[in-house]
Amino acid sequence: MLTETERREIEHEVQTLGHRRAACVEALKIVQAHRVWVDDEGLRDAAAAVGLTTAEMDNVATFYNGVFRRRIGRHAILVCESVSCFVCGCEKLFEHLKKRLAIDAGQTTADGRFTLVPICCLGCCDRGPAMVIGKDLHTDLTPEKVDLILERYS
Amino acid sequence: MTTTPLTQNIRPGREPLSLKEYEAAGGYQALRKAIKELSPTDVQTMVKDARLLGRGGAGFPTGLKWSFVPMGPDAPRPKYLLCNADEMEPGTFKDRLLIEGDPHQLVEGMIVASYAIQADVAFIFLRAQYDRGAERLRRAIAEAYSAGYLGKNILGTGFCLELQMHESAGRYICGEETALLNSLEGRRAIPRTKPPFPPVVGLWGKPTVVQNVETICNVPHIVNGGVSWYRALSRCEDGGTKIYGVSGKVNRPGAWELPLGGVTVRQLIEERAGGMRDGLKCRGVLPGGASTDFLVEQHFDTPMDFKSVAKAGSRLGTGTMIVLDDQTCPVGMVLNLTHFFATESCGWCTPCREGLPYMENMLRAIEEGRGEERDLAALEEHCRWLGPGMTFCPLAPGAVEPVQSALKYFRDDFERHVREKRCPWR
Repeated sequence: MLTETERREIEHEVQTLGHRRAACVEALKIVQAHRVWVDDEGLRDAAAAVGLTTAEMDNVATFYNGVFRRRIGRHAILVCESVSCFVCGCEKLFEHLKKRLAIDAGQTTADGRFTLVPICCLGCCDRGPAMVIGKDLHTDLTPEKVDLILERYS
Repeated sequence: MTTTPLTQNIRPGREPLSLKEYEAAGGYQALRKAIKELSPTDVQTMVKDARLLGRGGAGFPTGLKWSFVPMGPDAPRPKYLLCNADEMEPGTFKDRLLIEGDPHQLVEGMIVASYAIQADVAFIFLRAQYDRGAERLRRAIAEAYSAGYLGKNILGTGFCLELQMHESAGRYICGEETALLNSLEGRRAIPRTKPPFPPVVGLWGKPTVVQNVETICNVPHIVNGGVSWYRALSRCEDGGTKIYGVSGKVNRPGAWELPLGGVTVRQLIEERAGGMRDGLKCRGVLPGGASTDFLVEQHFDTPMDFKSVAKAGSRLGTGTMIVLDDQTCPVGMVLNLTHFFATESCGWCTPCREGLPYMENMLRAIEEGRGEERDLAALEEHCRWLGPGMTFCPLAPGAVEPVQSALKYFRDDFERHVREKRCPWR
């Protein structure tokens, strides 16, 4: 079941957009905002709320980098792995993160704190290497800087 | 008048201009002029005569695109204007500057462009992870509504426009205009068959114009300054300024607004970006994002305009160049690019879905010292089979551009990997 809040927020998007199915990405984002990831039940109920079948909804959900169909940690660390950050050494940074968190790409730390996700270009190529945690963009990264940044997320 | 119209209001490190500040700086005057003194056709003609080419990468003439939209009382309704703010081309960060730096400029551009094609509804399709831009745009849109620049009966002229923002959940292919339409309709964002083209049959089957952020930001300035002034901003036959960018191991990576065609590759690196870092040498550049061919030393005096860069064998693309230095492995760099395109392929057409991962595997083998001499020929063959006209949309043809040019200009590096069975840079 969608919560009352989720239902209300999705319906608001449907009304704003004027076409029910147009709200499907918003609906997925709303479910994810409340549940951290989009579980099967949430997917099914959100699909119904925007007039799609579960299969149609999953077809959309699995298309986007930003919709998590598997449980993730409290914070997803999105590390840019695209070309400008590559030239500026993002591979070393990624290796450092893997070692420091003791997980591989796509995995979640044992304490459920972080999930490590390589992501394509974050559009701050003049300040690479870069990563996003939640809504925070972190740039000009070094391993030392990354260690300090991670402390801020509990 | 200014020679840097797009960035004149941008104050790095500070909040963008509020509505009041933007108005005090001459903002929304273009809207007043267009909507009160000019007909939609007048605005279209101005944009066409100004020779504004699309700034999203393809360089299609904006006025020409608008001329395909059915006009008059019998035109299908509602008509749509979509701003393509899905800036996900690796190495490209110019639209972020415009969105975060002067959101009202984009909003005003959207209204004037909508007026020109008589659109009823406009959307800004913003990429994921541009949270600061989203917040600033949301505020600007709300301010524009309360000032009567959006909504019903704008400035008492009877023109109506609803402007909304959609934040994407993140996928590169959404930047392809027909995939963007599918995304907004709540479908899997795969490209559509063309024709019909979006200006005739677009969002929900209605006439739809899709323009890049920077393109739209140019529109108010054309209306304000006039065609001759706008044409004189550039140093080539096409009009206006361009936001150029440099990333990679240079001393001062960044973005700058300069006359279109008024700067060469070398000048951008040496004069704007402060030259190469730590005594490194520049071996080549991707002049306009990940999906453009490498330019090398022999091309560095090429002016950065659409025609000149094409003549040098590449594309101006987004105008934000990525620099390859002599301590970075060209094979590794091309592998990185191909990995991106293989991951972001939407999977709809077979050559792209199957071919790009195949190329990625070959490049990885070469980079890891498992490559063979014949792999180079096979890579070249794939560049042809995934090239223009062989796939459903321009993703794969764009993906092979850096590969085919790397094979041409950095052949020795590829051969050394094969011969020495290792990456010489590792």
